[in-house]
Amino acid sequence: MVYPPPLCGGGRYAIVTFFLVQFVTGLASASSLFLAACGLSIIFGVTRVVNFAHGAFYMLGAYLAFTLASRLAGDVGFWAGIILASLAVAAIGALIEMALLRRLYSAPELLQLLATFGVTLAVEDIALLIWGPEDLLGPRAPGFKGAVNLLGQAFPTYDLLLIALGPLVLALLWLLFRRTRWGVLVRAATLDREMVAALGVNQKWLFTSVFALGVFLAALGGALELPREAVSHTLDLQIITEVLVVVVIGGLGNVLGTFLAAIIVAELNAFGILIFPKISIVLVFLVMALVLIVRPWGLLGRAEAAARMAGGASLARWRPFDKRGRLLAALAVAAAALFPFFAGDYALSVATEVLIFMLYAASLHALVGAGGLVSFGHAAYFGLGAYGASLALKQLGLPMEAALVAGPVLGFAGALLFGWFSVRLSGVYFAMLTLAFAQIAWSIAFQWSEVTGGDNGLIGVWPSAWAESPAHFYWLALALAALAIALLRVIVFSPFGYALRALRDSELRAEAIGLDRHRLQWIGFAVAGAFAALAGALFAFLKGSVFPDTLGIPLSIDGLVMVLLGGVGTVSGGALGALLYKTLSIWVISETDYSKLVLGLLIVALVALFPQGLLGAVQAWRGRDARLQGATP
Amino acid sequence: MKVLAVENLGKTYSGFEAVKAVSFSLQAGEILALIGPNGAGKSTCFNMINGQVTPSRGAIEIFGRNVVGLTPRAIWRLGVGRTFQVAAAFASMSVAENVQIALLSHHRRQWRLAGWAARFYVDEAASLLSLVGMKEQAKRSCGELAYGDLKRLEFALALANEPRLLLMDEPTAGMAPKERGALMALVAKIARERKIGVLFTEHDMDAVFAYADRILVLNRGALIAEGPPAAVRADPDVQAVYLGAGTLYGAAS
Repeated sequence: MVYPPPLCGGGRYAIVTFFLVQFVTGLASASSLFLAACGLSIIFGVTRVVNFAHGAFYMLGAYLAFTLASRLAGDVGFWAGIILASLAVAAIGALIEMALLRRLYSAPELLQLLATFGVTLAVEDIALLIWGPEDLLGPRAPGFKGAVNLLGQAFPTYDLLLIALGPLVLALLWLLFRRTRWGVLVRAATLDREMVAALGVNQKWLFTSVFALGVFLAALGGALELPREAVSHTLDLQIITEVLVVVVIGGLGNVLGTFLAAIIVAELNAFGILIFPKISIVLVFLVMALVLIVRPWGLLGRAEAAARMAGGASLARWRPFDKRGRLLAALAVAAAALFPFFAGDYALSVATEVLIFMLYAASLHALVGAGGLVSFGHAAYFGLGAYGASLALKQLGLPMEAALVAGPVLGFAGALLFGWFSVRLSGVYFAMLTLAFAQIAWSIAFQWSEVTGGDNGLIGVWPSAWAESPAHFYWLALALAALAIALLRVIVFSPFGYALRALRDSELRAEAIGLDRHRLQWIGFAVAGAFAALAGALFAFLKGSVFPDTLGIPLSIDGLVMVLLGGVGTVSGGALGALLYKTLSIWVISETDYSKLVLGLLIVALVALFPQGLLGAVQAWRGRDARLQGATP
Repeated sequence: MKVLAVENLGKTYSGFEAVKAVSFSLQAGEILALIGPNGAGKSTCFNMINGQVTPSRGAIEIFGRNVVGLTPRAIWRLGVGRTFQVAAAFASMSVAENVQIALLSHHRRQWRLAGWAARFYVDEAASLLSLVGMKEQAKRSCGELAYGDLKRLEFALALANEPRLLLMDEPTAGMAPKERGALMALVAKIARERKIGVLFTEHDMDAVFAYADRILVLNRGALIAEGPPAAVRADPDVQAVYLGAGTLYGAAS
């Protein structure tokens, strides 16, 4: 990292050269970012899959290159190690494509993102198993160990190599796409997949080869960073966020746009460190927001055709609970209220956590199910609720009761801000933008340690005296969660909820009967955010503390897994999905150190076995039953 | 009373003049057909009026108000009903609920967070559905409707807005021949009773000549004929560019 020069001495000339060097360093970082991002972009262009595992492949490339470059010592060994590592990861990627993604190309995009997220989780723990938790410093590149004099400042020669490499790869890709038969097919498939298939091209292998190329580029990007940065097992989520920001700015599926965006993002990072040392990522976010307002599909991107994001329309018609349903729900709540009479403290705290996540999942389900808005960053609002409540208690000295209001207020405000931008987009762009916003919220919580405590979090967030005992807090959580979930159902069946569903079913038709998509979805997003924030506020009091991971990507994805388990096509099955998933994951975490591996593989298996979702599988199975009965004379 | 007035309307796409200086007007209760061969500029013309395409030149006035630059949503709010060439409705809702959400929107109740939406405007929705002959299907899921029924449902959605102007893009496209006449007869009857001005594009000439009060003929972006069906049918220009040398429609009369 380069620090600003001391202000005394040096004069204007020194500052100019310093900024120049900073600029050139930014260019060097742009190269590996470009490699990773254009891999994602190419894969999306052809297969329409947003490969969330791209960050994991980047990280694997770096780790494997570390091992190979260290083993194959010598000048040739280093470079051979980098190439071999990238090829090996590409082969792994091709295998995953064949075994997993091939089953999912016609499934809703939600499932593809979930499946690749499952892969990411599993890879993270595998990397931890093989390479350990320590950061690994790779060898320097032979022949590029020194520095050159750049206007009086020492500048690493390796960075110069990287700067040359970016445009070189861009040129090679251009040749590949323009001058080879394979490239022509890839471009044709990017424009119209169905037509290419109708012309008799073997799509299977086209997709596999494109996926392998994209993964190769990601791994190469990771491997090439080896001499510059330490390899760690948190690299995957860090890089995927940057890559998503880059492709959103550049335009998905456009290689040149990705190149430009990589430079913009890398330079913003390089200079952001100087201008806002604490919250440099905010600068990137501001630029991304600006680009999206002016060009919703990125700098060089094209508008996407109608997305099939929303996990398929519900097969069964939605109705409010009838008398029997209401009675059953009331009985379930009453039965849950009896739990403290025979459960111990640990079981009660687990049960409280499950209740909190039922509310969190229900809030996401309302957004995904009724709104058709698949947010990949819903944890942002859970976390804002948790931080809002904790800060109200610790900084403002408010009692718990007021803090439980302050949390949702902050969550609502945050969702209003982020939602305004997000609902302007739809489908994959919406998913990625919400994810990027959540990651930005996470970075702020992580970096702004004066207020948020940074990595150490805020501790001592205890409930008021009357709610202190585990049983009392359990009842409080039960009452609030039951009430909030009931309220969410009321909203889903209200005119507002119907308006959201109308927009989900047919945006064109809904706008043509006078429904304002942006405003309705914006408020819907904020309302869902407020409910998630209530869950977050309760969570902070349950744990007595709050940490940045309450805003993290894993929590956002957990929510989607719960919704998927419960059935996207149901009104509020997400709450039941949460009951199942949370209980399971708490149990897995208590049983093994490699819970991410287990949960990741579980998600992959679930998605691979039931590409239509669990509920879809049940309904398809029932349908088959009905047909069989009909066929019997 | 004029409900729609179009003056010198034109649209140029990167040098290509898709619509050239088209002018016409539409009275309340009148049924006006916009016809022309494929590529004549019907859809461009139509989409400029409903707000989906911004005109390059000219003026469009609806109920005496300039609507150039308004969104489709704002134009609907003026009291304009609209149906699509490819019918679209809300697949996850019942037929009645489809009409109810249109009524809720018309009465600006779409922001209400409480109260079951399915209990609003039950009677109004039922009477609209029986008007278009879909009373029996009210409880059915909209996703399982036959295409002809979907077209009729769309008509009910448009009527939910209590329109004074109806814009219908190929209202009978994709329907069985028998259904077509029935739908157009219904549109004509309601338009006359409620003094609604109707502008529609159509490829089915039987429907056009049987139900339109007046016909506009577009060819290569320009208006080449305008008048009552009999006059348009006899127009030599129309026969030359549109009907070709055949006398199919003349013979049928």
